[in-house]
Amino acid sequence: MVRVLAISSTGGHWVQLLRLMPAWDGCEVHYACTSPDHEGRLRATAAARGQSVASYTSVTDANRWAKARLVRQMLEVGALVLRVRPQVIITTGATAGYFAIRAGRLLGARTCWIDSIANGEELSLSGERAGPHADLFLTQWPALACADGPHFHGAVL
Amino acid sequence: MIFLTVGTQEPFDRLVRAVDLWAATHDIPVFGQLGRLNSNSYRPGNFPFESFILADEFQERLESSRLMVAHAGMGSIISALTLGKPLLMMPRRASLGEHRNEHQLATAARFAGRPGLHVAAEADAVGPLIDRLLAADSAGPDAQLPPHAAPELINTLKGFIHARR
Repeated sequence: MVRVLAISSTGGHWVQLLRLMPAWDGCEVHYACTSPDHEGRLRATAAARGQSVASYTSVTDANRWAKARLVRQMLEVGALVLRVRPQVIITTGATAGYFAIRAGRLLGARTCWIDSIANGEELSLSGERAGPHADLFLTQWPALACADGPHFHGAVL
Repeated sequence: MIFLTVGTQEPFDRLVRAVDLWAATHDIPVFGQLGRLNSNSYRPGNFPFESFILADEFQERLESSRLMVAHAGMGSIISALTLGKPLLMMPRRASLGEHRNEHQLATAARFAGRPGLHVAAEADAVGPLIDRLLAADSAGPDAQLPPHAAPELINTLKGFIHARR
């Protein structure tokens, strides 16, 4: 059974991540988010699909304007990746996903960045930074696709 | 009930003030989820609000509302589309310190054409647009959104997850 880490910030990033759930049917899925309060609904949604939730981890919320929290988030995500040892990491952003991809790469995971559908004019900054480190780098807007990534294979909507 | 949400990060005074002004002259109840308020953030006087509500309460409040008023964030748009609620959105402006870049302007422009999604470009358009949407008993987005992403995207990810190195 493939061990997957699905991770994102709360809000729109998380809503988009959950719309990808069928992609990991039959996997051992660990979730992480920057808010603790999605766990109950996530478990119910997963159960309704016949999936299980191997773990749910809440990490510090941060963005690149909050440096101290950003460092904490980086350490927490690093520790999480060390603990879970995912074979595959999938993220819809933002900084938490970036750290997961960097840490996962070091530990040999295959990593996928799906840039948020909110970024239709240009890639998100974290996407621009994370993309080159991801094995699969996707945008949700065809106009932003490039030959060497990001690629377009549909959107969450 | 009108459900106002501005996301969980920065406050959005322009939108909150516009809804508060509207609420002062209308009997329809409003509830606001206003994000991380700081000491000089605008606090509405005409409707109850919280900084944060839990995901379950968010869902319940949205389900029982007639109209969602929000910033132009993808979480709001996807929620409105999923539950078939009409959405009035106003984009945050980085130039006014309301966000870190101008992507909400682009998001609002891209989704403005969809049935059930309405954009107020400026704060003074919010009240009149609420009136118009309530008077028309405006319908939500036509068909409720299917619960999952496009099959092509799901299949791409499935292929990636199960690929042999």
